[in-house]
Amino acid sequence: MLRLDHVSRRFATGTVALEDVTLGLGANDFIALLGPSGCGKSTLLRLIAGLDKPDSGIVAWEGAPPPLGVVFQDPTLLPWASALDNVRLPFRLRGHDGRLEARAALERVGLAGFEAARPRQLSGGMRMRVALARALVTAPRLLLLDEPFAALDEFTRHGLQGDLRRLWRADGGSVVFVTHSIYEAAYLAHRIVIMSARPGRIIAEINSPLPDHDDAEERRLSPAYAELVGEITRALRTAHAD
Amino acid sequence: MPALFAILFLALWEAVVRWFAVPAYIVPGPLAIGAAFAAAPGLLLGSLASTLLVTAVALIASCLLGVTMAALIAVSRWVRAAILPWAIVLQVTPIVAIAPLIIVWVGDPFVSLVVCATIVAFFPVFSNTLTGLGAASPELRDLFRLYGAGAWRSLVLLRLPTALPYFLAGLRVSGGLALVGAVVAEFVAGSGGVASGLAYRILEAGYRLQIPRMFAALVLLSLAGLVINEALGALEGWALRRYGAGS
Repeated sequence: MLRLDHVSRRFATGTVALEDVTLGLGANDFIALLGPSGCGKSTLLRLIAGLDKPDSGIVAWEGAPPPLGVVFQDPTLLPWASALDNVRLPFRLRGHDGRLEARAALERVGLAGFEAARPRQLSGGMRMRVALARALVTAPRLLLLDEPFAALDEFTRHGLQGDLRRLWRADGGSVVFVTHSIYEAAYLAHRIVIMSARPGRIIAEINSPLPDHDDAEERRLSPAYAELVGEITRALRTAHAD
Repeated sequence: MPALFAILFLALWEAVVRWFAVPAYIVPGPLAIGAAFAAAPGLLLGSLASTLLVTAVALIASCLLGVTMAALIAVSRWVRAAILPWAIVLQVTPIVAIAPLIIVWVGDPFVSLVVCATIVAFFPVFSNTLTGLGAASPELRDLFRLYGAGAWRSLVLLRLPTALPYFLAGLRVSGGLALVGAVVAEFVAGSGGVASGLAYRILEAGYRLQIPRMFAALVLLSLAGLVINEALGALEGWALRRYGAGS
């Protein structure tokens, strides 16, 4: 669906955010971009979203770019708007109403009944669910998530990770999930792309041996999951020994 | 508490005036000022109403003008280049210096007072709103870009709501300035103006050495300023509560 070929991005300050990154993205991929802060994961996501342009290399879509959904680390909701109005924002920006779709999206993320609530009245996890609903409301074929659960507590995070996998398995499409958590990457993705910092580059890619149809919580308890965490940890250590 | 301090202050003022036998034409005591007001309450209150009318119209004009201009500048780089320098020139020009010109040009006394007061009150609303229009977080702006939002929808759905608290803070400052502007313009217009505002009463009482009445007019002016400030503060609080947590 998408190919990044020898993509580099330097900032005016001289920092090399990305150096010679080559990455392919298939139609039903769930990719985790894993790496320390400052490794250019977010820059990579912005390049895919079209919010930034590479200095060299190309970002090429197979056919027309698909509808995108994006979730940032901060829920970035409009504080004056209700949950419903926040979720139907993508529709309103194109001159459509979107109330029906927004209601359905809120229900899918478990927020039925909270349509009228303002962001301030919701917990951190619920706000993130609203942001997720807003990303899903346009039925995107590619979902870009930039450390969306990093600021949440462990229990809320586990719940949202399970829900994200459930939604992805129901809808299909591709997901690129930026994270700095080894456990999150191992739990969620079936391709784990490991990056190093300064300059940001891809140093390893691991295919998850975990079956896709696993039960959400069983997945976390399986020996294969523990092994995968170990494998990722080793790959990261090798990278830092270089 | 503020009322208690005010009473204490007034009592002290009266005591000092009496103790040192200060003549009323230099500093009248609060009782003499009260008596001066009681002697002609209709005259002073009528003048106050006249000044407040100019203030209110000027404040409304400042809001309409300030928000419209800020929105135009925020949307178009060309408008910014064309208008912004003039807005700043207008801000630094002393109103006393241009008020006589405006009075001559405009002709109608009421309108010329409103124009002067608007020039004084316009800037805080304008510049605060302009700042607020650019204050949306980069992530939200990215989100709007991602969903292909045009300039108009970004303005209505993101930038204007973001600017609301900034606008309200500017409004409070402009409220006081509109009153100051109205009084200054009345001073400059003098007897050539509407000849009914509080400034005219102050001038008139000064010429006739009716110092207690002059002070009474000043006290009314201060009270009006306090009330305007409090009212706009209450409006700000109310609007922010609605804006933030919902009704």
